[in-house]
Amino acid sequence: MAGAAVLGRLTWLGAEVAAVVPETPRVRTLELYAPGWLGHRAGQHLDLRLTAEDGYQAQRSYSIASAPGDSLTLTVERLDDGEVSPYLVDEAREGDMVELRGPIGGYFVWDGNETEPVLLVAGGSGVVPLMAMARHRSRIGSTAPMRLLFSSRTLEDVIYREELERLAAEGDGFEVVHTLTREQPPGWTGYSRRIDPELLAEVAFPAHERPRVYVCGSTRFVDAAADGLIELGYEPAWIRTERFGATGS
Amino acid sequence: MVFSRGFRGKRREGPPDRVPPGQYLTDDFPVLSAGPTPHTPLDEWTFTIQGGAEPVTWTWDEFRALPSETPTVDIHCVTRWSKLDTVWEGVSVDTLLEAVEHDASYAVAFCDGGYTTNLPLEDLTGGKAWVAYSYDGDDLDPEHGGPARLLVPHLYFWKSAKWVRGLSLRDEDEPGFWESNGYHLRGDPWLEQRYWGD
Repeated sequence: MAGAAVLGRLTWLGAEVAAVVPETPRVRTLELYAPGWLGHRAGQHLDLRLTAEDGYQAQRSYSIASAPGDSLTLTVERLDDGEVSPYLVDEAREGDMVELRGPIGGYFVWDGNETEPVLLVAGGSGVVPLMAMARHRSRIGSTAPMRLLFSSRTLEDVIYREELERLAAEGDGFEVVHTLTREQPPGWTGYSRRIDPELLAEVAFPAHERPRVYVCGSTRFVDAAADGLIELGYEPAWIRTERFGATGS
Repeated sequence: MVFSRGFRGKRREGPPDRVPPGQYLTDDFPVLSAGPTPHTPLDEWTFTIQGGAEPVTWTWDEFRALPSETPTVDIHCVTRWSKLDTVWEGVSVDTLLEAVEHDASYAVAFCDGGYTTNLPLEDLTGGKAWVAYSYDGDDLDPEHGGPARLLVPHLYFWKSAKWVRGLSLRDEDEPGFWESNGYHLRGDPWLEQRYWGD
Protein backbone atom coordinates (compact mmCIF):
# COMPACT_ATOMS: atom_id res chain seq x y z
CA MET A 1 0.00 0.00 0.00
CA ALA A 2 1.30 3.39 -0.86
CA GLY A 3 1.76 5.51 2.22
CA ALA A 4 1.99 2.77 4.80
CA ALA A 5 4.92 1.25 3.00
CA VAL A 6 6.88 4.33 1.98
CA LEU A 7 10.08 3.72 3.88
CA GLY A 8 12.38 6.01 1.94
CA ARG A 9 12.37 9.73 2.41
CA LEU A 10 9.32 11.47 1.00
CA THR A 11 10.65 13.91 -1.54
CA TRP A 12 9.12 17.12 -2.85
CA LEU A 13 7.58 16.73 -6.30
CA GLY A 14 6.74 19.53 -8.68
CA ALA A 15 3.05 19.51 -9.60
CA GLU A 16 1.17 21.51 -12.20
CA VAL A 17 -2.32 22.82 -11.63
CA ALA A 18 -4.21 20.97 -14.37
CA ALA A 19 -7.68 22.32 -13.61
CA VAL A 20 -9.55 24.37 -11.05
CA VAL A 21 -13.19 23.76 -10.16
CA PRO A 22 -15.16 26.11 -7.90
CA GLU A 23 -17.17 24.14 -5.33
CA THR A 24 -18.71 26.86 -3.13
CA PRO A 25 -17.98 30.57 -2.65
CA ARG A 26 -15.16 29.69 -0.25
CA VAL A 27 -14.01 26.35 -1.57
CA ARG A 28 -12.26 25.23 -4.70
CA THR A 29 -10.95 21.95 -6.07
CA LEU A 30 -7.56 21.81 -7.75
CA GLU A 31 -6.59 18.95 -10.00
CA LEU A 32 -2.84 18.45 -9.92
CA TYR A 33 -0.60 16.79 -12.46
CA ALA A 34 2.30 15.38 -10.42
CA PRO A 35 4.63 13.11 -12.36
CA GLY A 36 6.26 10.68 -9.93
CA TRP A 37 3.38 10.69 -7.42
CA LEU A 38 3.14 7.12 -6.13
CA GLY A 39 -0.52 7.09 -5.18
CA HIS A 40 -2.33 7.27 -1.88
CA ARG A 41 -4.95 5.62 0.33
CA ALA A 42 -8.40 7.14 0.81
CA GLY A 43 -8.24 9.52 3.78
CA GLN A 44 -4.56 10.42 3.57
CA HIS A 45 -3.18 13.93 3.23
CA LEU A 46 -0.16 15.57 1.69
CA ASP A 47 2.07 18.54 2.31
CA LEU A 48 1.92 21.34 -0.23
CA ARG A 49 4.65 23.95 -0.58
CA LEU A 50 4.54 27.30 -2.33
CA THR A 51 7.66 29.26 -3.23
CA ALA A 52 7.55 33.00 -3.92
CA GLU A 53 9.79 34.67 -6.51
CA ASP A 54 12.30 35.68 -3.83
CA GLY A 55 12.53 32.16 -2.46
CA TYR A 56 10.18 32.60 0.53
CA GLN A 57 8.33 29.34 1.17
CA ALA A 58 5.22 28.27 3.01
CA GLN A 59 3.89 24.76 3.46
CA ARG A 60 0.63 23.33 4.74
CA SER A 61 -1.09 19.94 4.90
CA TYR A 62 -4.19 19.22 2.81
CA SER A 63 -6.42 16.18 2.66
CA ILE A 64 -6.57 14.41 -0.68
CA ALA A 65 -10.06 14.52 -2.21
CA SER A 66 -9.66 12.04 -5.04
CA ALA A 67 -10.01 8.28 -4.88
CA PRO A 68 -6.81 6.26 -5.16
CA GLY A 69 -6.16 5.73 -8.84
CA ASP A 70 -8.02 8.83 -10.05
CA SER A 71 -6.37 12.12 -11.01
CA LEU A 72 -4.99 13.74 -7.87
CA THR A 73 -7.29 16.46 -6.53
CA LEU A 74 -7.30 18.65 -3.44
CA THR A 75 -10.30 20.61 -2.22
CA VAL A 76 -9.31 23.69 -0.26
CA GLU A 77 -11.33 26.14 1.81
CA ARG A 78 -10.17 29.75 1.96
CA LEU A 79 -9.27 30.81 5.49
CA ASP A 80 -9.46 34.58 5.55
CA ASP A 81 -6.33 35.10 7.61
CA GLY A 82 -4.59 32.20 5.90
CA GLU A 83 -1.38 32.23 3.95
CA VAL A 84 -1.58 29.28 1.57
CA SER A 85 -5.32 28.68 1.21
CA PRO A 86 -6.13 32.15 -0.24
CA TYR A 87 -3.54 31.52 -2.96
CA LEU A 88 -4.97 28.09 -3.78
CA VAL A 89 -8.60 29.26 -3.76
CA ASP A 90 -8.30 32.71 -5.35
CA GLU A 91 -5.05 32.99 -7.26
CA ALA A 92 -3.80 29.69 -8.63
CA ARG A 93 -4.78 28.88 -12.20
CA GLU A 94 -4.16 26.22 -14.77
CA GLY A 95 -0.45 25.86 -15.49
CA ASP A 96 0.75 27.21 -12.14
CA MET A 97 3.23 25.11 -10.20
CA VAL A 98 3.24 23.93 -6.60
CA GLU A 99 5.24 21.24 -4.80
CA LEU A 100 3.86 18.18 -3.05
CA ARG A 101 5.18 15.70 -0.51
CA GLY A 102 3.31 12.63 0.58
CA PRO A 103 1.08 10.79 0.99
CA ILE A 104 1.01 11.10 4.78
CA GLY A 105 -0.92 9.37 7.55
CA GLY A 106 -1.72 5.70 7.98
CA TYR A 107 -4.57 5.82 10.48
CA PHE A 108 -7.40 7.98 9.13
CA VAL A 109 -7.72 5.72 6.07
CA TRP A 110 -10.32 3.38 4.61
CA ASP A 111 -9.06 0.83 2.11
CA GLY A 112 -12.40 -0.80 1.36
CA ASN A 113 -11.33 -4.34 2.19
CA GLU A 114 -13.83 -4.65 5.01
CA THR A 115 -17.57 -5.18 4.77
CA GLU A 116 -18.74 -3.61 8.02
CA PRO A 117 -20.78 -0.40 7.73
CA VAL A 118 -18.90 2.87 7.48
CA LEU A 119 -20.23 6.04 9.07
CA LEU A 120 -18.72 9.27 7.80
CA VAL A 121 -19.42 12.44 9.76
CA ALA A 122 -18.31 15.67 8.11
CA GLY A 123 -18.38 19.28 9.24
CA GLY A 124 -17.85 21.71 6.35
CA SER A 125 -14.59 21.15 4.49
CA GLY A 126 -13.99 18.18 6.79
CA VAL A 127 -15.82 16.29 4.07
CA VAL A 128 -12.71 16.21 1.87
CA PRO A 129 -10.94 13.06 3.14
CA LEU A 130 -14.34 11.40 3.59
CA MET A 131 -15.18 12.15 -0.04
CA ALA A 132 -12.03 10.27 -1.02
CA MET A 133 -13.49 7.27 0.85
CA ALA A 134 -16.91 7.62 -0.80
CA ARG A 135 -15.31 7.89 -4.24
CA HIS A 136 -13.05 4.94 -3.48
CA ARG A 137 -16.04 2.86 -2.43
CA SER A 138 -17.81 3.62 -5.68
CA ARG A 139 -14.69 3.06 -7.77
CA ILE A 140 -13.90 -0.39 -6.35
CA GLY A 141 -17.54 -1.49 -6.13
CA SER A 142 -17.41 -2.11 -2.39
CA THR A 143 -20.63 -3.41 -0.88
CA ALA A 144 -19.92 -2.05 2.60
CA PRO A 145 -22.86 0.17 3.55
CA MET A 146 -21.61 3.75 3.83
CA ARG A 147 -23.53 6.68 5.25
CA LEU A 148 -22.34 10.28 5.21
CA LEU A 149 -23.76 12.72 7.74
CA PHE A 150 -22.75 16.11 6.42
CA SER A 151 -23.15 19.35 8.36
CA SER A 152 -22.90 22.61 6.39
CA ARG A 153 -23.92 26.16 7.17
CA THR A 154 -26.17 26.79 4.17
CA LEU A 155 -27.14 24.93 1.01
CA GLU A 156 -24.69 26.95 -1.04
CA ASP A 157 -21.90 25.91 1.34
CA VAL A 158 -22.47 22.20 0.67
CA ILE A 159 -19.32 20.92 -1.00
CA TYR A 160 -19.73 18.17 -3.67
CA ARG A 161 -23.52 18.45 -3.45
CA GLU A 162 -24.32 17.16 -6.95
CA GLU A 163 -21.75 14.40 -6.89
CA LEU A 164 -23.02 13.22 -3.52
CA GLU A 165 -26.55 13.12 -4.92
CA ARG A 166 -25.33 11.08 -7.87
CA LEU A 167 -23.47 8.64 -5.64
CA ALA A 168 -26.53 8.22 -3.41
CA ALA A 169 -28.81 7.80 -6.44
CA GLU A 170 -26.86 4.75 -7.55
CA GLY A 171 -28.69 2.84 -4.82
CA ASP A 172 -25.71 0.63 -4.03
CA GLY A 173 -25.58 1.26 -0.30
CA PHE A 174 -24.20 4.82 -0.18
CA GLU A 175 -26.42 7.33 1.58
CA VAL A 176 -26.00 11.00 2.41
CA VAL A 177 -27.86 12.92 5.11
CA HIS A 178 -27.47 16.70 5.23
CA THR A 179 -27.95 19.11 8.06
CA LEU A 180 -27.87 22.87 7.42
CA THR A 181 -27.04 24.73 10.60
CA ARG A 182 -27.41 28.38 9.66
CA GLU A 183 -29.96 28.81 6.92
CA GLN A 184 -32.29 26.45 5.08
CA PRO A 185 -33.95 26.98 1.70
CA PRO A 186 -37.76 26.94 1.47
CA GLY A 187 -39.08 23.41 1.54
CA TRP A 188 -35.87 21.99 3.09
CA THR A 189 -36.54 18.47 4.29
CA GLY A 190 -33.14 17.67 5.80
CA TYR A 191 -31.98 18.46 9.31
CA SER A 192 -31.66 22.09 10.39
CA ARG A 193 -29.45 22.02 13.45
CA ARG A 194 -26.02 21.22 14.74
CA ILE A 195 -25.24 17.58 15.29
CA ASP A 196 -26.58 16.38 18.65
CA PRO A 197 -27.17 12.98 20.26
CA GLU A 198 -30.80 12.73 19.01
CA LEU A 199 -29.77 13.49 15.46
CA LEU A 200 -26.97 10.93 15.65
CA ALA A 201 -29.37 8.35 17.07
CA GLU A 202 -31.60 8.80 14.01
CA VAL A 203 -28.82 8.72 11.43
CA ALA A 204 -26.02 6.50 12.76
CA PHE A 205 -25.89 2.73 12.26
CA PRO A 206 -26.94 0.89 15.43
CA ALA A 207 -24.00 0.11 17.69
CA HIS A 208 -24.49 -3.65 17.38
CA GLU A 209 -23.45 -3.40 13.72
CA ARG A 210 -20.02 -2.27 14.96
CA PRO A 211 -19.48 0.36 12.29
CA ARG A 212 -16.18 1.99 11.42
CA VAL A 213 -16.45 5.71 11.96
CA TYR A 214 -14.53 8.60 10.45
CA VAL A 215 -15.23 12.09 11.77
CA CYS A 216 -13.62 15.18 10.31
CA GLY A 217 -14.28 18.83 11.05
CA SER A 218 -13.50 21.50 13.60
CA THR A 219 -12.50 20.43 17.09
CA ARG A 220 -15.87 21.39 18.53
CA PHE A 221 -17.69 19.52 15.77
CA VAL A 222 -15.56 16.40 16.13
CA ASP A 223 -15.96 16.29 19.90
CA ALA A 224 -19.74 16.73 19.64
CA ALA A 225 -20.00 13.93 17.09
CA ALA A 226 -17.62 11.55 18.86
CA ASP A 227 -19.14 12.12 22.32
CA GLY A 228 -22.65 11.65 20.88
CA LEU A 229 -21.69 8.38 19.22
CA ILE A 230 -20.15 7.09 22.45
CA GLU A 231 -23.46 7.89 24.16
CA LEU A 232 -25.13 5.64 21.58
CA GLY A 233 -22.91 2.78 22.64
CA TYR A 234 -20.13 3.16 20.08
CA GLU A 235 -16.71 2.14 21.37
CA PRO A 236 -14.11 4.92 21.25
CA ALA A 237 -11.80 2.60 19.34
CA TRP A 238 -14.23 2.51 16.36
CA ILE A 239 -14.06 6.26 15.95
CA ARG A 240 -11.22 7.80 13.99
CA THR A 241 -11.04 11.56 14.03
CA GLU A 242 -9.30 14.31 12.18
CA ARG A 243 -9.64 17.87 13.44
CA PHE A 244 -8.78 21.24 12.08
CA GLY A 245 -8.78 24.33 14.24
CA ALA A 246 -8.44 27.95 13.24
CA THR A 247 -4.84 27.24 12.41
CA GLY A 248 -4.33 30.19 10.11
CA SER A 249 -3.32 27.90 7.28
CA MET B 1 13.48 25.62 -7.77
CA VAL B 2 9.76 25.42 -8.42
CA PHE B 3 8.13 28.85 -8.11
CA SER B 4 4.41 29.43 -7.62
CA ARG B 5 3.42 32.39 -9.81
CA GLY B 6 1.74 35.17 -7.89
CA PHE B 7 2.48 33.77 -4.42
CA ARG B 8 3.77 36.32 -1.91
CA GLY B 9 2.86 34.85 1.45
CA LYS B 10 2.23 36.50 4.77
CA ARG B 11 5.71 35.87 6.15
CA ARG B 12 4.77 35.13 9.71
CA GLU B 13 8.05 33.36 10.15
CA GLY B 14 9.00 34.70 13.55
CA PRO B 15 12.48 34.83 15.05
CA PRO B 16 14.60 32.30 13.15
CA ASP B 17 16.28 31.02 16.30
CA ARG B 18 12.87 30.14 17.75
CA VAL B 19 10.80 28.94 14.80
CA PRO B 20 12.11 25.76 13.15
CA PRO B 21 12.17 25.33 9.37
CA GLY B 22 8.79 24.87 7.68
CA GLN B 23 6.84 26.17 10.70
CA TYR B 24 4.67 29.26 11.08
CA LEU B 25 3.59 31.09 14.21
CA THR B 26 0.10 30.96 15.63
CA ASP B 27 -1.53 32.47 18.70
CA ASP B 28 -4.22 29.77 18.67
CA PHE B 29 -3.85 26.41 20.28
CA PRO B 30 -5.09 23.96 17.62
CA VAL B 31 -6.19 20.47 18.67
CA LEU B 32 -5.16 17.27 16.92
CA SER B 33 -6.27 13.88 18.16
CA ALA B 34 -6.80 10.59 16.38
CA GLY B 35 -9.89 9.65 18.35
CA PRO B 36 -12.51 10.84 20.81
CA THR B 37 -11.44 12.89 23.83
CA PRO B 38 -11.26 10.63 26.92
CA HIS B 39 -12.68 11.90 30.22
CA THR B 40 -11.11 10.01 33.11
CA PRO B 41 -12.36 10.98 36.60
CA LEU B 42 -9.52 12.15 38.83
CA ASP B 43 -10.31 9.55 41.49
CA GLU B 44 -9.65 6.84 38.88
CA TRP B 45 -6.56 8.52 37.47
CA THR B 46 -3.10 7.13 38.22
CA PHE B 47 0.34 7.60 36.75
CA THR B 48 2.52 4.50 36.52
CA ILE B 49 6.10 3.89 35.53
CA GLN B 50 6.56 0.27 34.59
CA GLY B 51 9.50 -1.69 33.28
CA GLY B 52 11.82 -0.91 36.19
CA ALA B 53 12.65 -3.16 39.14
CA GLU B 54 9.11 -2.55 40.48
CA PRO B 55 6.21 -0.65 38.93
CA VAL B 56 5.67 2.69 40.66
CA THR B 57 2.21 4.28 40.73
CA TRP B 58 0.95 7.65 41.93
CA THR B 59 -2.68 8.57 42.50
CA TRP B 60 -3.83 12.03 41.40
CA ASP B 61 -3.41 13.44 44.91
CA GLU B 62 0.01 11.86 45.31
CA PHE B 63 1.02 13.13 41.92
CA ARG B 64 -0.10 16.67 42.68
CA ALA B 65 1.86 16.58 45.94
CA LEU B 66 5.12 16.02 44.04
CA PRO B 67 7.36 19.06 43.57
CA SER B 68 6.30 20.90 40.42
CA GLU B 69 7.93 23.26 37.94
CA THR B 70 6.46 25.97 35.71
CA PRO B 71 8.34 25.83 32.41
CA THR B 72 7.78 28.51 29.73
CA VAL B 73 8.51 26.84 26.41
CA ASP B 74 8.01 27.06 22.64
CA ILE B 75 6.00 24.23 21.08
CA HIS B 76 6.06 22.95 17.50
CA CYS B 77 3.39 20.78 15.87
CA VAL B 78 4.25 18.62 12.87
CA THR B 79 1.20 20.14 11.13
CA ARG B 80 3.39 23.28 10.99
CA TRP B 81 2.16 25.60 13.66
CA SER B 82 4.53 26.81 16.36
CA LYS B 83 3.51 28.68 19.47
CA LEU B 84 6.00 30.64 21.55
CA ASP B 85 6.22 31.20 25.29
CA THR B 86 3.58 28.73 26.43
CA VAL B 87 3.38 28.42 30.22
CA TRP B 88 2.82 25.08 31.91
CA GLU B 89 2.94 23.54 35.34
CA GLY B 90 3.83 19.94 35.98
CA VAL B 91 6.22 17.43 37.40
CA SER B 92 9.61 16.97 35.82
CA VAL B 93 10.14 13.45 34.42
CA ASP B 94 13.48 13.54 36.26
CA THR B 95 11.56 13.75 39.54
CA LEU B 96 9.38 10.78 38.57
CA LEU B 97 12.29 8.63 37.48
CA GLU B 98 14.08 9.22 40.78
CA ALA B 99 11.49 6.89 42.31
CA VAL B 100 12.30 4.07 39.88
CA GLU B 101 15.23 1.71 39.79
CA HIS B 102 15.99 0.87 36.17
CA ASP B 103 18.66 0.64 33.47
CA ALA B 104 16.40 1.34 30.48
CA SER B 105 17.30 3.54 27.53
CA TYR B 106 13.86 4.12 26.01
CA ALA B 107 10.29 4.68 27.08
CA VAL B 108 6.84 4.38 25.57
CA ALA B 109 4.29 6.81 26.98
CA PHE B 110 0.83 5.25 27.28
CA CYS B 111 -2.44 7.12 27.49
CA ASP B 112 -6.18 6.97 27.94
CA GLY B 113 -7.70 6.26 24.55
CA GLY B 114 -4.87 3.91 23.61
CA TYR B 115 -2.42 6.47 22.24
CA THR B 116 1.28 5.72 22.61
CA THR B 117 4.50 7.49 21.67
CA ASN B 118 8.10 6.41 22.01
CA LEU B 119 11.04 8.43 23.30
CA PRO B 120 14.67 7.82 24.18
CA LEU B 121 15.13 8.48 27.90
CA GLU B 122 17.73 11.05 26.89
CA ASP B 123 14.87 13.15 25.54
CA LEU B 124 12.83 12.73 28.73
CA THR B 125 15.54 13.55 31.26
CA GLY B 126 17.86 16.42 32.06
CA GLY B 127 15.12 18.99 32.65
CA LYS B 128 13.66 18.61 29.14
CA ALA B 129 10.32 16.90 29.84
CA TRP B 130 7.40 17.14 32.23
CA VAL B 131 4.04 15.59 32.98
CA ALA B 132 1.98 18.78 32.88
CA TYR B 133 -1.42 19.33 34.49
CA SER B 134 -1.78 23.07 34.04
CA TYR B 135 -1.62 25.34 31.01
CA ASP B 136 -1.57 29.12 31.14
CA GLY B 137 -2.48 29.15 34.81
CA ASP B 138 -5.54 26.89 34.52
CA ASP B 139 -6.22 23.19 34.77
CA LEU B 140 -5.35 21.52 31.48
CA ASP B 141 -8.49 21.19 29.28
CA PRO B 142 -9.44 17.66 28.25
CA GLU B 143 -9.14 18.64 24.56
CA HIS B 144 -5.53 19.64 25.21
CA GLY B 145 -4.76 16.45 27.10
CA GLY B 146 -6.09 17.06 30.60
CA PRO B 147 -5.97 16.00 33.32
CA ALA B 148 -2.31 15.54 32.43
CA ARG B 149 -0.16 15.30 29.34
CA LEU B 150 3.47 14.71 28.61
CA LEU B 151 5.34 17.90 27.68
CA VAL B 152 8.49 17.40 25.60
CA PRO B 153 8.77 20.76 23.89
CA HIS B 154 12.05 20.19 22.06
CA LEU B 155 10.41 17.49 19.92
CA TYR B 156 7.35 17.77 17.63
CA PHE B 157 4.26 18.02 19.75
CA TRP B 158 2.85 14.56 18.96
CA LYS B 159 5.54 13.34 21.39
CA SER B 160 3.85 15.38 24.13
CA ALA B 161 1.24 12.67 24.59
CA LYS B 162 -2.18 13.85 25.74
CA TRP B 163 -4.09 12.02 28.51
CA VAL B 164 -0.85 10.33 29.56
CA ARG B 165 -1.16 7.64 32.21
CA GLY B 166 2.36 6.38 32.44
CA LEU B 167 5.69 5.42 30.98
CA SER B 168 6.77 1.94 30.04
CA LEU B 169 10.56 1.69 30.22
CA ARG B 170 12.30 -0.34 27.51
CA ASP B 171 15.76 -1.47 26.46
CA GLU B 172 14.98 -0.76 22.82
CA ASP B 173 13.13 1.90 20.89
CA GLU B 174 9.67 0.73 19.86
CA PRO B 175 7.48 2.86 17.57
CA GLY B 176 4.34 4.33 19.11
CA PHE B 177 1.07 5.26 17.42
CA TRP B 178 2.07 7.96 14.94
CA GLU B 179 5.55 6.50 14.63
CA SER B 180 3.88 3.34 13.25
CA ASN B 181 1.75 5.45 10.92
CA GLY B 182 4.33 7.28 8.88
CA TYR B 183 5.81 9.74 11.36
CA HIS B 184 9.45 9.98 12.39
CA LEU B 185 10.79 7.86 15.24
CA ARG B 186 12.33 10.85 17.07
CA GLY B 187 10.75 14.02 15.66
CA ASP B 188 13.30 16.80 16.14
CA PRO B 189 11.71 19.94 14.64
CA TRP B 190 15.08 21.64 14.09
CA LEU B 191 16.07 18.72 11.85
CA GLU B 192 12.57 18.63 10.28
CA GLN B 193 12.19 14.99 11.28
CA ARG B 194 8.53 14.85 10.29
CA TYR B 195 8.07 11.55 8.49
CA TRP B 196 9.71 8.19 7.99
CA GLY B 197 13.06 8.67 6.29
CA ASP B 198 13.42 12.38 7.15
